[in-house]
Amino acid sequence: MAEQDSRQDYLVTEELVKRFDEALAVDEVNLSIKQGEIFALLGSSGCGKSTLLRMLAGFEKPTSGRILLSGRDVANLAPYERPFNMMFQSYALFPHLDIWENVAFGLKREGLPSADIKQRVGEMLDLVQLGPYARRKPHQLSGGQQQRVALARSLAKRPKVLLLDEPLGALDKKLREQTQFELVNIVEKVGVTCVMVTHDQEEAMTMAGRIAVMSKGRVLQVGSPQEVYEYPGSRFVADFIGSVNLLDGKLSVDETDHCAALTAIGEVHVGHSISGTLGMPVAVAVRPEKVSIGKKAPQGLSHNLFNGRVKEIAYFGSYNTYIVVTPQGYRMKITEPNGSHLDLLDITWEDDVFFWWDDTDALVLRD
Amino acid sequence: MTKLSLKVPGRGFVIGLPYTWLVVFFLLPFLILLYISFVDMGNDISPFKPIWDSSTGLLTLKYENYWTIFRSDDGSGGLFQTIYIEAYVRSLLYALATAVLCLLIGYPFSYFVARSKPSVRPALLMMVMLPFWTSFLLRVYAWKGILADQGVINQVLMSLGLVDEPIQMLYTNVSMLVGMTYVYLPFMVLPLYANLVKMDFRLLEAAYDLGTSPLKAFWLVTVPLSKAGIIAGFMLVFIPCVGEFVIPSLLGGPENIMIGRVVWDEMFTSNNWPRASALAVVMIGLIVIPLAVYYHYTGDAAEPRH
Repeated sequence: MAEQDSRQDYLVTEELVKRFDEALAVDEVNLSIKQGEIFALLGSSGCGKSTLLRMLAGFEKPTSGRILLSGRDVANLAPYERPFNMMFQSYALFPHLDIWENVAFGLKREGLPSADIKQRVGEMLDLVQLGPYARRKPHQLSGGQQQRVALARSLAKRPKVLLLDEPLGALDKKLREQTQFELVNIVEKVGVTCVMVTHDQEEAMTMAGRIAVMSKGRVLQVGSPQEVYEYPGSRFVADFIGSVNLLDGKLSVDETDHCAALTAIGEVHVGHSISGTLGMPVAVAVRPEKVSIGKKAPQGLSHNLFNGRVKEIAYFGSYNTYIVVTPQGYRMKITEPNGSHLDLLDITWEDDVFFWWDDTDALVLRD
Repeated sequence: MTKLSLKVPGRGFVIGLPYTWLVVFFLLPFLILLYISFVDMGNDISPFKPIWDSSTGLLTLKYENYWTIFRSDDGSGGLFQTIYIEAYVRSLLYALATAVLCLLIGYPFSYFVARSKPSVRPALLMMVMLPFWTSFLLRVYAWKGILADQGVINQVLMSLGLVDEPIQMLYTNVSMLVGMTYVYLPFMVLPLYANLVKMDFRLLEAAYDLGTSPLKAFWLVTVPLSKAGIIAGFMLVFIPCVGEFVIPSLLGGPENIMIGRVVWDEMFTSNNWPRASALAVVMIGLIVIPLAVYYHYTGDAAEPRH
């Protein structure tokens, strides 16, 4: 990842808007992407992430706003005029051309001497380890191989920005895990700036250096995977990334180093301040894995200790998930690594249990 | 057919029916044609004479029916310098010209329809199909009314003062080509449309993305991918056009005799059925043999597309 200042603000969108008839697909998006980083646009379908990517590629003209590459506005350049190359979700390999010709397609348009083309295509095919398949047609390759051809083709022209549209979307789960590391390795080896679109948070978190979480055409939060997971800025982001218990309530204490909210299950203490007004509606977010569960209450806890009854237990192999219903009827989701402590073995359906968490493990969110 | 092992009852019937139809109404007549083409008719009225002498066991084939196609009887002209060869060449050229014209007109049209909104496509296709609802002859006659000396075009031109006397359009090569192109255009449009509508538009985006201008992308992606449709449309126009009889005789000029007309004349004017049959057999050969060779060596038309 590039840290130098000169590499900041390599690809910038300014107040980017795209309107289809009356529907606002992308709403005033401001992004700043560093040179050499892998940046993910994450959101559910219809959130505008694909439209944003298509505007970067040049397939859609922005209704307003600018797209700056090293300070130069490229928003009105045709796709074939901008130094961006895209790897399509469907791969969009040319079925009438073999693998070699597919990779060479963009290079031939540049009018490079054929010796250079030959060399570059060879490099690209080696990079994705498909050298022996050069003379095959796309339909003779497996899904994973086709994906690598698509990657080689989009990298062949040495684009300034590589756009990945759901890069692993068409692969099955097992292949996806293996491929995502491979893809990151290749992209980092080449050192190209990369913008990817995905609806899969796991994919975004493993592959990207930074993530922009999008909803309804807007970017809600930009940050590293850790930041968006540990410090979601809003209820939507907390809920969208990973699993979370959201406790709605009213702000009851607000000091410089902590605050508290009165929620359905009682007063909840949080180890940071929110600088709000007392009584304002807030939500306290607690990740299921931050919550501990036990039949006996631990000693010396003055707050954030609640009780309930186990209603559901789901076994996931490496961890268990418990749904504990409080006397007030709130369903608390708690996950524990399998075998983390012996007490867990005794917990079964309809048991009365205690659950608790650290002040610093919860987050209070406005709205 | 009868040897086919059947598990699903009725399958043999369903497959067999069209085959039976083809055997009875296509293969059998063709064999009769082939037979007649070897008959020595002499001065008889009937062409159905035996070529097999049962008493001597000799098979007498009159190859002359074929030789005369390629070399004139009286020895005046050289090899391949006969009116028949001329008619063949002319028919092939006009059929080729018609197919090319249909492709030039039909491709942009099919492309336009395939790229239009799905909701308007049926209406646009219906416009192509609509002429089929009226009689073929009626439509060709309508062209007479349009192209004649006193026809629509000439009257408009004269009333505008652009020409003083009518331009001869009817009974020329032009009117014949216009008629054939008009009649056969749907046969080009439909397979092309069926092909183009399936094309993945993202492939064009991929081409643009890789630095190809829209026009270049059309040549490098759209055209190669629609090859199967182009070939299908081309064949559907070219093959029937080679033997076309009605349109050339209604719209064509007297000097340019097509092979269909020659066969007709041999059959009904000269009453020389064996020669007419030989001409027809050669025509079938001219079309089928190159096609068979082409499909054998490429087999590309059936290539899977993903």
